[in-house]
Amino acid sequence: MDAKPLPKSDDGPVTGRPTVAVHKFTSCDGCQLAFLNLGDDLLTLAGLVDIRHFAEAGMVDPEAQVDIAFVEGSITTPDEYERIRRIRASSRFLVALGACATAGGLQALRNLNGLTQEWMAGIYATPAYIRTLETSTAISTHVKVDLELWGCPVNGRQVLGAVRALLFGVLPEREHDKVCLECKRERAVCVMVARGIPCMGPVTLSGCGALCPRFGRDCYACYGPAENANTAALGRRLAGLGLPPEAAAHRFHFINNGAPAFLEAGRRAAEGGFDDG
Amino acid sequence: MDIDVSVRESRFLPSADLQNLLDVLTEAGYECIGPRVRDGAIVYEPVTRAAELPYGITDSQGPGEYRLRADAGGRCFAWANGPQALKPLLFAPQESLWMVSRDAQGRLAFIPAQTLARPIAVLGVRACDLAALRLQDAHFRDGPRPDPAYGARRDALFLIAVHCTHPAATCFCVSTGDGPHADSGYDLALSEIDEGFLVEAGSVAGGVILRRLPTVEATTRQRETAAGEIEAGARAQQRALPGTDLRDTLFERLEHPRWEEVAQRCLSCTNCTSVCPTCFCYSEHDAPRLDGGESAHYRQWDSCFTIGHSYIHGGAVRGGTRERYRQWLTHKLGGWHDQYGRSGCVGCGRCITWCPVGIDITEETRAICAD
Repeated sequence: MDAKPLPKSDDGPVTGRPTVAVHKFTSCDGCQLAFLNLGDDLLTLAGLVDIRHFAEAGMVDPEAQVDIAFVEGSITTPDEYERIRRIRASSRFLVALGACATAGGLQALRNLNGLTQEWMAGIYATPAYIRTLETSTAISTHVKVDLELWGCPVNGRQVLGAVRALLFGVLPEREHDKVCLECKRERAVCVMVARGIPCMGPVTLSGCGALCPRFGRDCYACYGPAENANTAALGRRLAGLGLPPEAAAHRFHFINNGAPAFLEAGRRAAEGGFDDG
Repeated sequence: MDIDVSVRESRFLPSADLQNLLDVLTEAGYECIGPRVRDGAIVYEPVTRAAELPYGITDSQGPGEYRLRADAGGRCFAWANGPQALKPLLFAPQESLWMVSRDAQGRLAFIPAQTLARPIAVLGVRACDLAALRLQDAHFRDGPRPDPAYGARRDALFLIAVHCTHPAATCFCVSTGDGPHADSGYDLALSEIDEGFLVEAGSVAGGVILRRLPTVEATTRQRETAAGEIEAGARAQQRALPGTDLRDTLFERLEHPRWEEVAQRCLSCTNCTSVCPTCFCYSEHDAPRLDGGESAHYRQWDSCFTIGHSYIHGGAVRGGTRERYRQWLTHKLGGWHDQYGRSGCVGCGRCITWCPVGIDITEETRAICAD
């Protein structure tokens, strides 16, 4: 099937097979696995698009001009600071893939307290060899991002949905629900109500299919904040379930601490809570 | 409020013979769905052996809290409703409505989804859920555009009610007029007493099944015991709505400060609407195959607490929680009177129990309707 023009194109329609690159920045590589774990769909995808750069899958051409660039990881080094700008310039449509790319990831915890140098000294034998920025930041902090796929990691359904929509020439439908709605659709039993386990589902963006609650464990907010997230009400409930302020702060700051709603909620939790409502 | 708790025309089935009921239903071609304990709650799932039922289990419920515990009585229906019962069996949480495929010439073909509704017998349905089923029927089946998937599943349903004797602290079906005695809408109804079950037939199909069971005539004492337990259950209810028709009162108070106050506590998380046995909102989506040659159009449970629910071109009408909570409550207790001739609340109390922060519909409604 012929590809349709990509949306938001500034320089005319795509002709021929769309070109794709998958770039990695500071990350665990887990989101790229959403591609590699696609099974038969990966073969279909390889027939629909021309994958120019995807180091983890063996194609290496980091400077390739492409129609769609998927970017995994956060910006944490001076080299990455430069490289993301080159990628933006050489791609028509840029998709930030996963929590590191959308919110700075787990490693953005270092933004919170200004202790990057102390932590490096505590972790590495020879920190002088490490050239790094003081912060870990989302791709959108640096360049225009056309689409963000949240999650730690993202899953194949999200990635395929995005690719298919872009090939149709439209933007993919965005998730906006809370994990609780997916949890109920899956007929999982609420771990917070039935077992008193602190759960982040009521403030967390859907898209995972309520994976953790379906296995009897609490949501840890890896898909980031949902719209209209009442973090204060949840914070009060977490305290009511016996979660100490420090622990509640960690729940908000764990994966998506760079997302403003969770950054602020974690700070309030650490400062003694949400009693002022 | 008068409660009709007469247990009439009933036969007695000894406790040890409950398995016969499952066997007779299975022989009649039904898959049996009944209450079982899973993940700390009583849920409705396939049952083949009576021993799988929650014998000796009861529950305690409160705002935002649900726990199971052992019950010395050893009965199998000594509990109030868990998070779901009939709704997911009829109004599927997610299902395909149609497929579209594209042939080599680019021509599109639309194919409606076929619903293969297998006969299901549901054991243990409470009066509140039968009342909710009547409302779901009114919405999905009896309106001008009947829903074929719902209708097919509904037609294949056999309902075994259990008159409720163990209301939770969150229950208020007496105040909505929907329980705890199941008055109608069932094929069979059971009353559980210590030595077994009183069985009533409520339909021709129910009568056929009842005649195949090894029952004897119930004694007057057994009938009085059963009726007394239902009455005691009714009296034990602690919560109530301030009226059965609050339509005008609520619509007069759209600017009541309580809407903003409850919005401070509400997570807008959709748990209340998801567990509500009458809420029927859904959204529709498309799931194209990667090669673009085929796409499934499906629907899934939605909620008036999502931004998508009120989205129209350019933005959402109800952007904040105040507006969403107000929409839910004024529709449930107000607008339903115009649409379906009664309130949309059957007093099951699920929205109170399964709200993670324990917001109580009876308390909010009282606060808004007071003064």
